[in-house]
Amino acid sequence: MSTLDVVTDASVVAKRNLIKIKRVPDLLVFTTLSPIMFVLLFAYVFGGAIDPTGGGAAYREFLIAGIFAQTVVFGATNTGAGLADDVKKGIIDRFRSLPMAPSAVLTGRTLSDVVNNVLVLVVMSITGLIVGWRINTGPLEALWGFVLLLIFAYAISWIMAWLGLLIPSPEVINNASFIVIFPLTFVANTFVPLDTLPGPLRVFAEWNPVSAVTQAARELFGNPDPNPMSAASLAWPLQHPQLYTLIWAVAVVAVFAPLASWQYRRAASR
Amino acid sequence: MNTPDVAIEVAGLVKRYGEVTALDGVDLQVPRGTVLGLLGPNGAGKTTIVRILTTLLQPDAGRAVIDGVDVLAEPREVRRRLGLSGQYAAVDEYLTGFENLDMIGRLYHLGRRRSRERARELLEQFSLTDAGDRPTRTYSGGMRRRLDLAGALVAHPPVLFLDEPTTGLDPRSRTEMWGVIQQLVAGGTTLLLTTQYLEEADVLADDIVVIDHGRAIARGTADQLKAQIGGERLELTVSDEGRLDEAARLVTPLGVAPPVTDEHRRSLTMPVSGGVKALRQALDLLESEALEVDDAGVRRPTLDDVFLTLTGSTTEESP
Ligand SMILES: Nc1ncnc2c1ncn2[C@@H]1O[C@H](COP(=O)(O)OP(=O)(O)OP(=O)(O)O)[C@@H](O)[C@H]1O
Ligand SMILES: [Mg+2]
Repeated sequence: MSTLDVVTDASVVAKRNLIKIKRVPDLLVFTTLSPIMFVLLFAYVFGGAIDPTGGGAAYREFLIAGIFAQTVVFGATNTGAGLADDVKKGIIDRFRSLPMAPSAVLTGRTLSDVVNNVLVLVVMSITGLIVGWRINTGPLEALWGFVLLLIFAYAISWIMAWLGLLIPSPEVINNASFIVIFPLTFVANTFVPLDTLPGPLRVFAEWNPVSAVTQAARELFGNPDPNPMSAASLAWPLQHPQLYTLIWAVAVVAVFAPLASWQYRRAASR
Repeated sequence: MNTPDVAIEVAGLVKRYGEVTALDGVDLQVPRGTVLGLLGPNGAGKTTIVRILTTLLQPDAGRAVIDGVDVLAEPREVRRRLGLSGQYAAVDEYLTGFENLDMIGRLYHLGRRRSRERARELLEQFSLTDAGDRPTRTYSGGMRRRLDLAGALVAHPPVLFLDEPTTGLDPRSRTEMWGVIQQLVAGGTTLLLTTQYLEEADVLADDIVVIDHGRAIARGTADQLKAQIGGERLELTVSDEGRLDEAARLVTPLGVAPPVTDEHRRSLTMPVSGGVKALRQALDLLESEALEVDDAGVRRPTLDDVFLTLTGSTTEESP
């Protein structure tokens, strides 16, 4: 199996997944409309509640990166649900009986979900710009902010890939992952400043990688906390949010990519 | 064991799922260019055999060689040489028929151009050209089946596995599917086919292996098997349950084996040789004894008859 085969096989699988997004109205809605809704809802409902005096403008800017992080993490559920669906419908069996690179099904899947997330980020950014969010840094820094968000979501995709192969039921995957993703994205600095959280939750939030990637994106977009805490009072991950996000992403891929590949080899349909 | 004129060779295949022994030592040999029909009821182990031979499942014991390549030692090499159409059509419902076949061609590494050409060729061959650019979720069951079979043929594999290719098809689609399969086989493809229909095995297979509870309980050509189980069946339903045994006694001399009675349905079944003639004689006999008959007919033997003869009991789902 040449390297070229590995790459073309993965791109063939990725292309197939992207065609599906185009053809399934639910997915298209999830991809384009719900990000718009998230931005509008969170920006006005939360923004207004937390910062009533300032009319919410400063908090709106602060919130956007949190909404980005939450949405791309939720998007990773697609990876698991898509694979579970493929196992259930026998598509994985078909793939496994072909002389293709075995890695292609998983790399193709996670790559197409990156493409999907790029689309989601574009839609959300445009919506964000319309409601007053601005990037106050240079283009390179901003770009790196988006890339960090994508890397983070890519890592989560591998956890979901493993789950999707382990539990081949799209419905169960959706429900199960919400149970994990909700606390992960809410007990964080995504929507509220950390100092509003009580003790144990605050510690969790400080070490939560979702907080780190959100913090990193805020820094790189130039959207500071309107009531900043002193740097010394921040936990290590939030003092080095980019590094922590990268370490975390690499660790997750290192653990879950082999786990998912192993599960793929033994995935059996019906 | 690696003779060039044997396309599929299987020895001592065992597969257990916890308590359930799905395969209990199966041996098979399929000469190149011939068709083997695996005949068995639900749960017999047919799909398990196909999944092991197509590298989807690891057996607990035994070995298998396909087209001279060891299945367990070189799964990827084996995959190059086989085509599979599983029990449930594995077509991607969101892709069009063309996209499904094109994708499979790419994954067999036929290259972009060749994959497209081959996809169009196969759509044509399977009368799917008109539907080729529609997502397959708009296809009928028969169309999906045909597309799935087409998928198995993309790379012109020398060895083909079809797991219950006509289950769920209406009689017309079934006959069409048989035609397609016969064409393939005429082209020299070696085929292993599973089915629950004796008639299907009879039409398509050179050799038949009857599988029950993970074991081969009979094997031979269709003719040998039929000689063993007898040909047509005479079936009679009497009006009066109390006279069923009397009716059975009366018709016994007309059969090639004694009749089997079913009190509940007031019916008897008996293998006969001269179909319609035996039916007429039986009806005359019963009428002369004023024994009233509700229903009478001659039919071809079914899988149930095979099992009745070979095991003394009808087909029942394995545990
Ligand atoms: N994944 C599994 N886990 C547990 N038992 C299994 C599994 N797959 C198959 N079996 C059992 O193995 C036996 C053989 O199953 P198999 O699917 O091979 O039968 P089959 O002949 O293909 O039946 P059918 O005609 O219903 O398709 C059955 O008893 C089945 O319950
Ligand atoms: Mg089966």
